[in-house]
Amino acid sequence: MKAASFAYARPGTLEEAFGLLQSADARVLAGGQSLIPSLNMRLASPQLLVDIGGIASLDCIELQGQSIRIGALVTHAQVESAAEVRKHVPMLADAATHIAHPAIRNRGTLDGSLALADPAAEYPACALALDATLIIRGRAGERKVPVASFFKGLFETDLKSGEVLVAAEFPAGGDSVFLELARRQGDYASVGLAAHRRDGALRLAFFGVGDRPILATHAAAEAKTSIGAAQQALAKDLDPPADLYHSGATKLHLARVLLARALAQWNMK
Amino acid sequence: MEHEVDTTLTVNGVEVRRRISARQHLVDFLRDELGLTGSHAGCEHGVCGACTVRVDGEIIRGCLMLAVQASGRRVETIEGLSDSGELAALQRAFHARNALQCGFCTPGMLLAARDLQLKNPQAGREEIRAHLSGNYCRCTGYQAIVDAIEDVLHGKG
Repeated sequence: MKAASFAYARPGTLEEAFGLLQSADARVLAGGQSLIPSLNMRLASPQLLVDIGGIASLDCIELQGQSIRIGALVTHAQVESAAEVRKHVPMLADAATHIAHPAIRNRGTLDGSLALADPAAEYPACALALDATLIIRGRAGERKVPVASFFKGLFETDLKSGEVLVAAEFPAGGDSVFLELARRQGDYASVGLAAHRRDGALRLAFFGVGDRPILATHAAAEAKTSIGAAQQALAKDLDPPADLYHSGATKLHLARVLLARALAQWNMK
Repeated sequence: MEHEVDTTLTVNGVEVRRRISARQHLVDFLRDELGLTGSHAGCEHGVCGACTVRVDGEIIRGCLMLAVQASGRRVETIEGLSDSGELAALQRAFHARNALQCGFCTPGMLLAARDLQLKNPQAGREEIRAHLSGNYCRCTGYQAIVDAIEDVLHGKG
């Protein structure tokens, strides 16, 4: 399978990229590990690819105040190995090891995964659990979008045509558990859980259980009572659709299993 | 807007200049334009790993990188790594352990195995399996491949 023909541009600056993205049917190319397969399979056939790979300022992992800022060119492999990530937001480094395989992690990017918004992907759930902020830029300037209003649905986000997700900011600190059930190493998750707690506040973000990552607020509230009560309450948070291999009921069961494992890791009872 | 891009890259130590169609992925460029047919195009959507090559020292999927994205980069293929002797111990072990039948997956397997050898030379069987999880073999059932890599990592190769 070969991609249909398209034009290609590699701008040196974001301003240049915004200009190119004005043309009809242009797409942003960063790591390309989801976009290029969809081109090869002709699920997508844009007229123009704007490769942001040459914009050096987007290749950054920085501690800014109380947050870690991860730029649009940072790969899963960088997330996995960066000392700043391991120290301040270890959940992201843990999640990276579950994503596909080493050769793909060397190219795919964290921000690209957020912008794609695959409901079975790891980072969108991490962003939700960590209460991240998405930094979006376009011709009109920069806007900061809280994660709660970024994911709109299946492969749908708050990103508008002509805009680029230039970075994501993750509050540092707290402690986290990242768990995932998949049929084989590197497969998409059947069910996954990104759990984070900070100052007594617990955030449980499940993935692979809906059209976007889902924050299980009822279960989090009941976690203070008992693991069993939290598992019971999870039915108020999740109503997973079946996938090719699992019924919705099985997925809810698996989500409860992960919930119990996560809470047990924190010695909750 | 350009559908073809003048591109300069280094392939197995040799500088290559070509006008490359933007839609052509790296493994097709290596095979069809340069005649380096050791890297194989299998699934062409990033699942099978037969197209694995090294770019700037890191393994990547040759079908998931456009050839134009390799501009200014250093590409190494099974041909270069085989000629340099870098893979010799792994190749001997694959031979000794019958770690291939048809051989279609073998160049990708060798590159992934070499990557593991460089990054985690003490890897055990489970880590070998995890590192090779993105490389499919439809003949051997993997046992012999893991055996071969284990031999090399643990000095039996």
